[in-house]
Amino acid sequence: MSAQFATKRLGKELQKIRNSRLPPGIELVSAENLEEWLLDIQVLDDNPLYQNQTYRLKFRFGSTYPIEPPEVVFVKLSDRPIPMHPHIYSNGIICLDLLGQQGWSPVQNVESVCMSLQSMLTGNSKNERPPGDDDFVRANQLRPKDIEFYYHDNTV
Amino acid sequence: MDTDDDFMSAVSSEYDRQDSDNDDMSGVEDFDFDDEPDTFIDSQKEIGHRRKPAYDISFRVFQPADIQRQQQDLIHEVNLILTISKEEAAILLRHFRWNKERLIEDYMDEPSAVLGAAGLASNSASSPKMEIIPGFVCDICCEDEPGLESFALKCGHRYCVDCYRHYLSQKIREEGEAARIQCPSEGCNLIIDARSLDLLVTAELTERYHNLLQRTYVQDKETLKWCPAPDCQNAIECGVKRKDLDKVVPTVACLCGHRFCFGCALNDHQPAPCELVKQWLKKCADDSETANWISANTKECPKCGSTIEKNGGCNHMTCRKCKHEFCWMCMGLWTEHGTSWYNCNRFQEKSGTDARDAQAKSRVSLERYLHYYNRYANHEQSARLDKDIYNKTEKKMVQLQKESGMSWIEVQYLNSASQALQTCRQTLMWTYAFAFYLARNNLTAIFEDNQKDLEMAVEALSGMFEKSVTELADPQLKVVIMDKTTYCNKRRVILLEDTAQNLAEGMESLGEVASPSACG
Ligand SMILES: [Zn+2]
Ligand SMILES: [Zn+2]
Ligand SMILES: [Zn+2]
Ligand SMILES: [Zn+2]
Ligand SMILES: [Zn+2]
Ligand SMILES: [Zn+2]
Repeated sequence: MSAQFATKRLGKELQKIRNSRLPPGIELVSAENLEEWLLDIQVLDDNPLYQNQTYRLKFRFGSTYPIEPPEVVFVKLSDRPIPMHPHIYSNGIICLDLLGQQGWSPVQNVESVCMSLQSMLTGNSKNERPPGDDDFVRANQLRPKDIEFYYHDNTV
Repeated sequence: MDTDDDFMSAVSSEYDRQDSDNDDMSGVEDFDFDDEPDTFIDSQKEIGHRRKPAYDISFRVFQPADIQRQQQDLIHEVNLILTISKEEAAILLRHFRWNKERLIEDYMDEPSAVLGAAGLASNSASSPKMEIIPGFVCDICCEDEPGLESFALKCGHRYCVDCYRHYLSQKIREEGEAARIQCPSEGCNLIIDARSLDLLVTAELTERYHNLLQRTYVQDKETLKWCPAPDCQNAIECGVKRKDLDKVVPTVACLCGHRFCFGCALNDHQPAPCELVKQWLKKCADDSETANWISANTKECPKCGSTIEKNGGCNHMTCRKCKHEFCWMCMGLWTEHGTSWYNCNRFQEKSGTDARDAQAKSRVSLERYLHYYNRYANHEQSARLDKDIYNKTEKKMVQLQKESGMSWIEVQYLNSASQALQTCRQTLMWTYAFAFYLARNNLTAIFEDNQKDLEMAVEALSGMFEKSVTELADPQLKVVIMDKTTYCNKRRVILLEDTAQNLAEGMESLGEVASPSACG
């Protein structure tokens, strides 16, 4: 598959974002190149877990995007914590089926992924990390796309 | 979404009930004493049993043409009975994991539900085609140029042909999917049918795609497995269920000569059950246990650095190499401890005595493990050597014909001896892993006797087998070797038979082995 395919699609996405802006609570921080984008998201309702917080997302696109999902992680900065969630590891890795090969659809895009993550946070009431977070974070040197997540419970 | 595996196992267990009605596999379901021809028969012949031994299970070997024909037959049958097209029959069969009875029953009940679930939303006969639709925008590449060719399944989710092809190429080439590729749209479960795929799959992918489709037949059926031998295209049919793997060790033999376990696809590991084998191999691979012991029980001599193993309770250590004397506890000079070894205060500490107890315990358990491991490894290695010897045997057999005037048939006894050696070694090897986990009870003694008898017979045969051609030309030795071969096979059968019966009756208690987990 030619990288051109991904480039073209990302170009179109960028153009669309610039023309019509992103939904509330989502902001494009940088899209310097067509390999890595940074976005900020906020949870807009009054969920006390995430109130007044902004979270930084890093998207990395392969040459097979959007046939294959992008790699999406939360990034920790001094003013950008990793949100507390039973499917988000403390190193920012997200366990979400739509970002895996099985759950991904090429119709998804950067905007729809951000919205899914927003609603994943909105709907959460548990102030906790996934089980085994410590071990996972310590042991895991893999890139998210090389991890076989087991989507045990998608109700959270 | 659940993982695929979960879905699969749910489906297959649901379908289990049906299997016994499936006339395609009558005779392979149970360990019955049928008269079916089967390739696993040499040892049986030799002991002259009519009854099928408990360790021996029924299976059949299918070659690629058989597999192809079986699929075609089923598709044809369903095509006639349900009056649907062959493509649809194939998709439905794949959806029902090739359980024809279940498919027909369900279809008769509620055809539209079955079609929907299998990704054949409606019975429309319109054949799939690519279309140019004015004003169309592809949601994948965001292209909207006029004249853009597009395609949609019955669900109406339309994408440009180029995107569709990228998508299929990813699924087929990278993910190895073929029979259950879904519409690219988010959350749309419609399966891309065979005719649409024929239209969309590009020429360079067709072969791989058809291969993958072929393979689903074997992968989908719980009763079928590919022979894991490299380059072998055969599949084995066997009725042993996953849940029975703690009671039976289903060794099967392919026409290519490869003997493997139907349960876990590893090389034949009778008499040890799959779960035990898994744990044993993990234990052997994980040498941390050994490493821990070594770090707890050996130290380097503070003077010359050579490794010293502590083998008694006394802390007074003398390096064998440089004769340096030191205290095990504090590594200090022994002379500084005066004459009373307990002068070392470290020894008085409670933690010190605890550590000593723990060391003693870990030493006992390690020694036990090494006892079995060494014997296991020894047979594994010997089996390799025997194989080398067999390769030389072929030459020997030719020479022997020249020197003794024996015919090709007459020298075949060496071939039988070699085969007996291989299989018996394989069995012996696993008896040691088995024994490691075996809780001691009154059956252990019988097991160990059987093991010893087989081991002695194998070593004796192995010795004779290595004799020179001149010695082998002696007709008396031939008789002895043939007798020993028979005896080895007989001892192996007795051991396997005994263990298999005890396993089946749940009488062997395997101390440390967890029961097989249900998840796949
Ligand atoms: Zn497109
Ligand atoms: Zn669709
Ligand atoms: Zn084979
Ligand atoms: Zn096995
Ligand atoms: Zn020394
Ligand atoms: Zn000391």
